[in-house]
Amino acid sequence: MEKEAIRNELKDIIDPYVMEKELLGNLSDTMELINDLKINSANIVDIVLDIEEKYDIMIDDNSINQMNTVGEAIGVIEAKIAEK
Amino acid sequence: MTTDEIIKLLPYKKPFLFVDQLDHVDENGAQGVYQIKEDEYFFEGHFPSKPVTPGVIVTEIMAQIGLVCLGIYLKSQQESDPNTPILPVFSSANVEYLAPVLPGDTLEVKSEKVYFRFNKLKCRIRCFNRHSGKEVCRGEFSGMVINENEFGSN
Repeated sequence: MEKEAIRNELKDIIDPYVMEKELLGNLSDTMELINDLKINSANIVDIVLDIEEKYDIMIDDNSINQMNTVGEAIGVIEAKIAEK
Repeated sequence: MTTDEIIKLLPYKKPFLFVDQLDHVDENGAQGVYQIKEDEYFFEGHFPSKPVTPGVIVTEIMAQIGLVCLGIYLKSQQESDPNTPILPVFSSANVEYLAPVLPGDTLEVKSEKVYFRFNKLKCRIRCFNRHSGKEVCRGEFSGMVINENEFGSN
């Protein structure tokens, strides 16, 4: 799957958890989910569950800890899809 | 882990311990009871002439029984030492209040697990007045269940 397509889908997934919608307008790979997008750290779990459902993948403890930025989250999704 | 062991591991103390009795816990949910005492500290101010339990306290009662007791149980199943002190961190509640809760009322709380993943527990919780059988509050609650020594490490 195209990285760009995943980025757009990820944007839809995180949208409900981002209060400042203008931040979604210029989403870049280096943006941190918690510090830059101001997502409640507890909601990272909900985002991960939504990602699992969307792509039919399983994300483990190790992977969730690597998903600090938008780019890292896309990377984990790509890797897990490739493992399927 | 037994319900008595769970109550012993609750980190709350009077006047902020809101679990009298834990009737049942399994991996899908918890059920317990708290009776609102006539002399609860919050009645001094809420309200001086007409004591009514504040909604945030009803929410706290539901969280302690439905979320924290269940969280301790679920976390203990993953720990090598089940008596590791747990620190519950409340992360969200979306509740609606249906009826007032007065001094002397006994509240029955029933929770149903939505998920427990990555130390986050999300539950649907309902709270009933035992005498009237009326539902007084319901909602969705979430919190993190972490080891005391992990706290602040993020």
